[in-house]
Amino acid sequence: MSPALQALVTIVVGVGGCIGYFYFSNLILDKVIFPARGVNIGRNINRANMVRPWLFLFPAMFALTLYLTYPVFETLRLSLTSRSQGGAFVGLENYQKMFGETKFWEAVRNNFLWLLVVPGLSTAFGLLAAQLTDRIKWGSIAKSLVFMPMAISFVGASVIWKFVYDAKPLGQEQIGILNAIYLGLGGAEPQQWLTIPFWNNFFLMIVLIWIQTGFAMVILSAALRGIPEETIEAAIIDGANPFQIFFKIKVPQIMGTIVVVWTTITLVVLKVFDIVFAMTNGQWQTQVLANYMYDKLFRTLDWGVGSAAAMFIMVLVTPILIWNVRNARKEMR
Amino acid sequence: MDNIAGSKSSLTWAVHISVAALVFLWMLPTVGLFISSFRTADQIAASGWWKAVFPQEQNLTLRTGDADSAVREGDLYVIEGNLFEQADRGALTVSAWGTSARDFSAYEAGETAELRGGGTITVQDDGSYRLESAEEPSGRGQRIFVVSTVPPEFTMSNYDTVLGKDVAQNIVIYAIASLIFGGVLWYIFRDTERGIGPWLPYIGGILLFAALIALFGLSSGRAAGAQTTDNMSRAFMSTLTVTIPATVIPIVIAAFAAYALAWMDFPGRALLIAYIVALLVVPLQLALIPLLKLHLNIGIGKGYLGVWLAHTGFGLPLAVYLLRNYMVGLPRDIIENAKVDGATDFQIFTRIILPLSFPALASFAIFQFLWTWNDLLVAKVFLIDATGETTVMTNQIVELLGTRGGNWEILASAAFVSIAVPLVVFFFMQKYLVRGLLAGSVK
Repeated sequence: MSPALQALVTIVVGVGGCIGYFYFSNLILDKVIFPARGVNIGRNINRANMVRPWLFLFPAMFALTLYLTYPVFETLRLSLTSRSQGGAFVGLENYQKMFGETKFWEAVRNNFLWLLVVPGLSTAFGLLAAQLTDRIKWGSIAKSLVFMPMAISFVGASVIWKFVYDAKPLGQEQIGILNAIYLGLGGAEPQQWLTIPFWNNFFLMIVLIWIQTGFAMVILSAALRGIPEETIEAAIIDGANPFQIFFKIKVPQIMGTIVVVWTTITLVVLKVFDIVFAMTNGQWQTQVLANYMYDKLFRTLDWGVGSAAAMFIMVLVTPILIWNVRNARKEMR
Repeated sequence: MDNIAGSKSSLTWAVHISVAALVFLWMLPTVGLFISSFRTADQIAASGWWKAVFPQEQNLTLRTGDADSAVREGDLYVIEGNLFEQADRGALTVSAWGTSARDFSAYEAGETAELRGGGTITVQDDGSYRLESAEEPSGRGQRIFVVSTVPPEFTMSNYDTVLGKDVAQNIVIYAIASLIFGGVLWYIFRDTERGIGPWLPYIGGILLFAALIALFGLSSGRAAGAQTTDNMSRAFMSTLTVTIPATVIPIVIAAFAAYALAWMDFPGRALLIAYIVALLVVPLQLALIPLLKLHLNIGIGKGYLGVWLAHTGFGLPLAVYLLRNYMVGLPRDIIENAKVDGATDFQIFTRIILPLSFPALASFAIFQFLWTWNDLLVAKVFLIDATGETTVMTNQIVELLGTRGGNWEILASAAFVSIAVPLVVFFFMQKYLVRGLLAGSVK
């Protein structure tokens, strides 16, 4: 069966199956288990209404538990076992092994750099872009153009930026624009930007900043528009200049949104994989945790250490997880 | 108030210039690769893409006619012809030329050079040459290295290489035809707001697009010199096959759950919502090995089914969260009135909630579409097996980066084949994407 046909069948079976499940499970509940007739009519209707939410929730909850919750615990278990010893329990050995590797600490250091640079710069550029584009007529066009990289895959972005960083030997015409500019400004010889240890991390980060700025801009621009006009008018009457209005009136009022944007990008950074995988594959000291984990899991096939690395990422994510849940609960009350 | 107005206008120019600079910077990398995808390998190597619209001095490697075209003149064998015409390059001018790749500008036009294999050759500035040799020439023609100023020139040949001959061209033509048709339909039905009316332009456009492909086909045969490793068509179909079920199925499952979480009362509801919010941030990296093992154990293995299930599972938290937040905001009156009139929950959901939630459904659909289309990791783990039959475009491009890292013409066009669909979706549905982003970031 051709894949396209298979996809079509899947859609029909999947969607039809889902709708059929919901329809018939409701029907059976109302007509067979707790029929709304006979002597117990009132009690039956109440009971049916107590069960019904769980009918609606069951497929989603089942999938979520199986595909996200179960793996967390299974990964935890795997990280405490050794694959080469037939899955025997080895305690914290994998973690010890991981902490003893220089590649791991390189990945931790790089991820930390990413965390310091990318969320901050993306949010700052996004805020700047939001503030500037809100004041001009062609702002919405400018916004979609800055926002556009969001639609481009990390892999596509990697190709785009690898072309920017391309280097040809001295004497040949440079086709990477960065080297062309560098030589034009008086640089001595073309640089292989992605192979200069330490600094190459920043050249990789630029790619993610380029993608995430649009996201920050869109959210922050909506927040800026939500600021009550009166506060700004009052500031103008009091003689505040545009910079004071921006930093002392506007920014404090959207601080909550700025934090949300910052944490969202932080989550993206913690999981960043494709960019490093496609551009350097962790060579030249650009390893990050997600790529380190992928290496362990699928290249060296060391599931123990790979799972330990995955748990490490999970631990880093947990503070944001708790913070989000607390905020969501506060909002619901 | 005068000073306020004054300071504003002086800043306006600064704002315009800053925004222009920002947009320029953000567009520059994409535009560079996009322009390069329409240049030949020679052009890309010879000059930066920013010079693509100017005539360029280029080093061309051309060939004289082969031994069969030699004519006997007295005791000499003579080959005559035009280097540019024989290479299908149109009318160019020779500014310098040479007989070895080490020195392209050894001779001026009109000069005569000794050939290493014996004989002499003269190249005129219009590219016509005369090769004279005392011995009978054999084999292929002599290679001549020419420096010439080449006018800007753009080609679809890269797309032909990665997709098959004329595929990109045909798709663009069909898409424009479909767009015009959709536009006409939109104009005719612009006043209808109910029923299928508002959707006719989209449906009509898509149907026409499909019909054109079915009627006229996409490819006019295989491109000369195309290799199967560069063939993105199969990867394109594979990506499409992954994406569509992986977008549709989570929506259906999530919509029911979101309705229960938004409008049904039951103990533990708040806890479940917190559970969903927590799952929003769980890194999917954790799920790779346990789920792959599970898939292998229950016999799904690596393949489309596995990747559909995985994408469904990973997309659900956001889907439930987005849809629930939207549904909670729907007016309570409508739902209570319907309940009073005796509608069941199932009826309320399908007849009232689903149609009203369309914007949220669209938002999530776009998210999930972009995410599954652009995904590399999930496909690599759950889909692509050792045979590589089911490779997706992102993976194909990563492989091209490895094997043909210097072939920018291939990489550029392959990248744009994979970027094109998300970009179209992005520009047409931006409104919903923005809405989804605003609703989806946990406040």
